[in-house]
Amino acid sequence: MEVINGLNLKDTELRLGLPGAQEEQQQQQVSCVRSNNKRKNNDSKEESAPPPPAKTQIVGWPPVRSNRKNNNKNVSYVKVSMDGAPYLRKIDLKMYKNYPELLKALENMFKFTVGEYSERQGYKGSGFVPTYEDKDGDWMLVGDVPWDMFSSSCQKLRIMKGSEVPPAL
Amino acid sequence: MTEEDSSAKMSEDVERYLKLNPPCSSSSSSSAVAFANKSGTFKSSSPPCPEHVLENVLESVLQFLTSRCDRNAVSLVCKSWYRVEAQTRFEVFIGNCYSLSPARLTHRFKGLRSIVLKGKPRFADFNLMPPNWGAQFAPWVVATAKAYPWLEKVHLKRMFVTDDDLALLADSFPGFKELTLVCCEGFGTSGIAVVANKCRQLKVLDLVESEVTDDEVDWISCFPEGESPLESLSFDCVESPINFNALEGLVVRSPFLKKLRTNRFVSLEELHRLMVRAPQLTSLGTGSFSPDNAPQGEQLPDYAAAFLACKSIVCLSGFREFRPEYLLAISPVCANLTSLNFSYANISPHMLNPIIRNCHNIRVFWALDSIRDEGLQAVAATCKELRELRIFPFDPREDSEGPVSGVGLQAISEGCRKLESILYFCQRMTNEAVTAMSENCPQLTVFRLCIMGRHRPDHVTGKPMDDGFGAIVKNCKKLTRLAVSGLLTDEAFSYIGEYGKLIRTLSVAFAGNSDKALRYVLEGCPKLQKLEIRDSPFGDAGLRSGMHRYCNMRFVWLSSCVLSLGGCRDVAQALPNVVVEVFGSDGDDDDDTVTGDYVETLYLYRSLDGPRKDAPKFVTIL
Repeated sequence: MEVINGLNLKDTELRLGLPGAQEEQQQQQVSCVRSNNKRKNNDSKEESAPPPPAKTQIVGWPPVRSNRKNNNKNVSYVKVSMDGAPYLRKIDLKMYKNYPELLKALENMFKFTVGEYSERQGYKGSGFVPTYEDKDGDWMLVGDVPWDMFSSSCQKLRIMKGSEVPPAL
Repeated sequence: MTEEDSSAKMSEDVERYLKLNPPCSSSSSSSAVAFANKSGTFKSSSPPCPEHVLENVLESVLQFLTSRCDRNAVSLVCKSWYRVEAQTRFEVFIGNCYSLSPARLTHRFKGLRSIVLKGKPRFADFNLMPPNWGAQFAPWVVATAKAYPWLEKVHLKRMFVTDDDLALLADSFPGFKELTLVCCEGFGTSGIAVVANKCRQLKVLDLVESEVTDDEVDWISCFPEGESPLESLSFDCVESPINFNALEGLVVRSPFLKKLRTNRFVSLEELHRLMVRAPQLTSLGTGSFSPDNAPQGEQLPDYAAAFLACKSIVCLSGFREFRPEYLLAISPVCANLTSLNFSYANISPHMLNPIIRNCHNIRVFWALDSIRDEGLQAVAATCKELRELRIFPFDPREDSEGPVSGVGLQAISEGCRKLESILYFCQRMTNEAVTAMSENCPQLTVFRLCIMGRHRPDHVTGKPMDDGFGAIVKNCKKLTRLAVSGLLTDEAFSYIGEYGKLIRTLSVAFAGNSDKALRYVLEGCPKLQKLEIRDSPFGDAGLRSGMHRYCNMRFVWLSSCVLSLGGCRDVAQALPNVVVEVFGSDGDDDDDTVTGDYVETLYLYRSLDGPRKDAPKFVTIL
């Protein structure tokens, strides 16, 4: 039992599982720690020795009725404008699972190519920059935040001409 | 009040009545009529026998008794009182449709005008029950059609209702006035069309959170021509387009319409037209709250003016596909709102703020956790009259972001001291915040906290959530409904058993260490009626510890626990008045689903008429 400065750190150790269980279990990060790790790839499932069960979806949990679960699937049509194009289009964000799919669809729709994305420099190489308006009314660069966060907060898309893009973006 | 108290009080009332209304001149006809003719048109006849007199008097008094608990007490006094109570009961509430047969109902009560029937247990909403388990409305509509042709009101929850049932209802009850279907399924727009068309006195047609098949029938057009008695029309759960012109026409000829809840196929422009036609509305479900077309400049309808004109609106819901730029149009009604339901709208704190700032009179507020702790703080700052709060998860998965926490909960507890009911979904919580709520909100009767990550401890201290829930049961002395979550040991349940003396409904998931937990609850909570438990380490010993209680409970549900067939059988054999059903979650008709000894789901309930005859193959009744 590790005692430092009179404190038994095992007592306050954050762990998943019933208190008093002696075996060392693979740690599942408690959400307050994990929430900083926003870039977590959704595909990788953390493995854990049983119990507790792996993070696969459990039937009927959390207890939310299906009519509520569908609610964020309906709010998905967003207007897409492109600088220089005569009229706007609309796309259903829920049709896409990630950024590459979305960008490809936009490229097809408006017949342009988007440049290469990098976190530091945004989109380079094409002169077109995809931006979006979020729930707070701010215009953001497409690609900075995880896909789920983007798709739930995106209200409108605008494909700006590279020359129009303010340097701050 | 105990049964003795209430019947003693009944006698006092009767005595007092007799002193004021000496029975010498009363006839033996219904004294409800006699009572109405107080001015003295009593027929005098030969001296009535005392028993008739008493029954007449009792009838007159009982017509004022509407509480079913009181009526149940009255019916236990003696046979005479049982008879009179049965004659004067007009509304019946059946909490479990399998607790008695329709024949028993129609045999006892001869004059029913209103029936409330509940079917499946709540966990069925979360796919824990295979389809076609039961709770069919059919036998009930058949029986009541014969027995109560004057029936006016039917309210069903979690029942399986077919179009044929609705057609029979529409055909059988010429004076039918109110149909409410909550969390029901099995019917479609064609069934609704028949009701709309044939029930000429229909005042209320409320479809709430029900699954309605799209039969591509224009049911709105089926309402008859001419002035309509409609007062309430709710179809926000209907996932199919409606004939808007017909709806508008219906609204125009419904001068008594107070409540209108449209579905997401009604656009903002259409909503505007409806509001202009019905400024007398008190409750409005706003549909999609999204315009069909891009704004046309000057032709933009003045939505704010429409809301301004609807001075009586106190309840708003809908916003199913809302556009944030139009949200402020509701501002004119905010100050009068008592109920606001944003729970289908992905509203950020930034969008919520200008609205909620003016909602001083709100008593009921439902929203998504997209409003974040910040939004909850705004609610706490303004909504001092808040009685009921529900926060649903925008992203209902275990590992989603979790934008609300103990911070929001504590803020609400500090700002909304009159809070009575809360449902709160979150990813992380602290004992401190839960304890704060228990101390700040003594009026709480319903506390339902769902920490979505299973077995999650207090995220600050790492301790189980025992102390927080313990504080709730200890400090909230009026608590009748409790749902627990997070990491919980047997200790939490010892608190519930020790302090939860008024608890009627308890929901448990992924909690506890051993059978002791179940025993604490079953031995400690005398008022417990509905117990629903899933995925917890409770076994036969725990089940056995409640034997003395099951006859006095509405139901017990235990799924994915550690029950054996033998243990369940013991209960079934010991309690002949309790029906014990076991089944698996996949409803495989072919096999017995009770593979070996392990019981996946146990559902037991008291019943006056023994096991049901309509159980599907995958259900085994022990």
